[in-house]
Amino acid sequence: MNPPATPATGSGRIRTPLPFPTAAKPAVADTQLRANLHRATRTIRAKRARVVDEVPDWEALRDAGSAIKADVQRRLPELLEQFEASATAAGATVHWARDAAEACRIVVALTQAAGADEVVKVKSMATQEIELNEALEAAGIAAYETDLAELIVQLGEDTPSHILVPAIHYNRGQIREIFQRRMADAPTDLSDEPAALAEAARAHLRRRFLSARVAVSGANFAVADSGTLVVVESEGNGRMCLTLPETLISVVGVEKLLPTFTDLEVFLQLLPRSSTGERMNPYTSMWTGVTPDDGPQTVHIVLVDNGRSAVLADPVGRPALSCIRCSACLNVCPVYERAGGHAYGSVYPGPIGAILSPQLTGVADNASLPYASTLCGACYDVCPVKINIPEILVHLRQQAPHPAAERATMRVLSWVMRSPRRWAAALRLARAGAGPLGAYRQRRTGARTLRRLPWPASAWTRSRDLPLPAPQTFRDWWGKQ
Amino acid sequence: MRIALFITCVNDLAYPGTGIAVTRILRRLGHTVEFPTAQTCCGQMHANTGYRAEAMPMVRNYVDVFDSYDAIVAPSGSCTAMIRDQYPHLHAPAASVAARTYELSELLVDVLGVTDVGAEFPETVTYHPTCHGLRMLRLGDRPLTLLRNVRGIQLVELGDAEECCGFGGTFALKNPDVSTAMLTDKCARVRDTGARVLAAADNSCLAHIGGGLDRNRSGVRAMHYAEILAETGATS
Repeated sequence: MNPPATPATGSGRIRTPLPFPTAAKPAVADTQLRANLHRATRTIRAKRARVVDEVPDWEALRDAGSAIKADVQRRLPELLEQFEASATAAGATVHWARDAAEACRIVVALTQAAGADEVVKVKSMATQEIELNEALEAAGIAAYETDLAELIVQLGEDTPSHILVPAIHYNRGQIREIFQRRMADAPTDLSDEPAALAEAARAHLRRRFLSARVAVSGANFAVADSGTLVVVESEGNGRMCLTLPETLISVVGVEKLLPTFTDLEVFLQLLPRSSTGERMNPYTSMWTGVTPDDGPQTVHIVLVDNGRSAVLADPVGRPALSCIRCSACLNVCPVYERAGGHAYGSVYPGPIGAILSPQLTGVADNASLPYASTLCGACYDVCPVKINIPEILVHLRQQAPHPAAERATMRVLSWVMRSPRRWAAALRLARAGAGPLGAYRQRRTGARTLRRLPWPASAWTRSRDLPLPAPQTFRDWWGKQ
Repeated sequence: MRIALFITCVNDLAYPGTGIAVTRILRRLGHTVEFPTAQTCCGQMHANTGYRAEAMPMVRNYVDVFDSYDAIVAPSGSCTAMIRDQYPHLHAPAASVAARTYELSELLVDVLGVTDVGAEFPETVTYHPTCHGLRMLRLGDRPLTLLRNVRGIQLVELGDAEECCGFGGTFALKNPDVSTAMLTDKCARVRDTGARVLAAADNSCLAHIGGGLDRNRSGVRAMHYAEILAETGATS
């Protein structure tokens, strides 16, 4: 398989510091975490299934969403220039960033130019990806997350573990503990009732909204023909950030483009049902440049590549850019449910992360992620834009560096199995070799299975008995017919 | 109709009973089955682990061995899915033989029009729909329809049936912790049913779940559903 035509240059929080199997180990052993994830993912999964089942043309909507995104990918440069022209004409200033570092530099400089030492933030995957909060902090600017779950994660000095529900790994008792420890104005008698926790966060955040002069957001969609940005949210914190401060800076991945305003009709049906399992999300904010005397009077848009051009250059992997960050694939993924989001080492966890992160960074930098899947296909079934995640995982496994011992084993097996004569001989050999051992195990344990084997076979026998070759292969039986 | 048996490498080596069962079912229904001995492996493990070049000789061998048959039947959802879904993309001349390759329940229900194979199996059985049969081949309720028509069988519904067991081919070795966590939950759901037999359409998944059930001394027997369909109550 040829390497991507455009080298991947993505930087930021999109690399696994540890291989996935190693990073997953503590998560699998954490029974509280597994219980939290089990309950949360299954609750959202069931909600999604209910509201998707009631849409008679859901499959047609998925096809439409997929087709619009494919169209965007075919003519992205032209649409980006159209977006820049439309947004500029409406009074916004458009900036271009090749990678995470350049995007962070632009946002820091714009915040400093506004004379601010703090910003309020709308929940945004792009700013998490480029590690903007850390860059702002390094420049002496405080960044305050205002989405409830992002606030919890920030106060807990943690990182998000889910695209939609960044604090999914905590239960409400753990959240109360974080608030009491880290939120100075939290009530001393705070209970772990969700309403009480939300009220504490609301009071805490309200003061921030009223004093902030700069807000930073991402965008769910950027409309090329009108220059409009769209943020879809549940809590209303986004609406506060997008309307109250004087300056608004939006960090937007270049793949977020939609050709026309009417294309939103497809995605505003697909996204809430797939994401929160709601028919319609509570707050949809749209803004087009500057509206005089209404809302922010200085509007900046930072368009970020950060490896996306490399993804675009690969026709098989490209559909990963269609993702609308709904996280339906995370909520149905049996691997995500056991390993949790942090094991993926990237702001993009779960099945979509396993195909997106390695493409943004180059597969060699995230070589374990394409293997963090059983290829069960549950993700593909729920994807609102029909990204064939299993197919892309297999495609990326082609590019991943293979361990030498594994490569040697695979080559020998291929050499044996490509030849009917060698394969038949191998079967005879395996049967003969296992014969006495199988008979012994049968006498000892009543089954032709092994319970304990040395490494690397121990990876199997640690939890599963291993069947030995049968005393008679199928072709032996057939030959005697 | 010339029906060929693609037995799959795992079955040939470790689960010959499954191939014997498929042969008996089809003969009982009056069909002649052939077993071309030049068959080896479909190449799924290589292709899905990132060794496409190493899988290609197996793909070509499959085309050479099976192209002359009207129908090829494989007692495996994942091998059938490999052939039907991936072969046409890997090797254009494979498209025709791939389209004539069927998982057992597809051959019985769709091609031969049979839903009652005249079996008898007086046991409590729960059925796990394996992922590739479920979501790639879209087998739907074909295997269960065949099982429901088995005399004496008591089918018990499996909880979270459509969830992957955690096998995933080389996944089970590369990610043993997550694989085992998934297996633990699958085994728990199987034991919840109280069934004495766990049936499925893939012996690779069954080696994983059955291996876990055996390790836990559950007393539940893992069986390919073909072996149930082959049972007639008479001693064979």
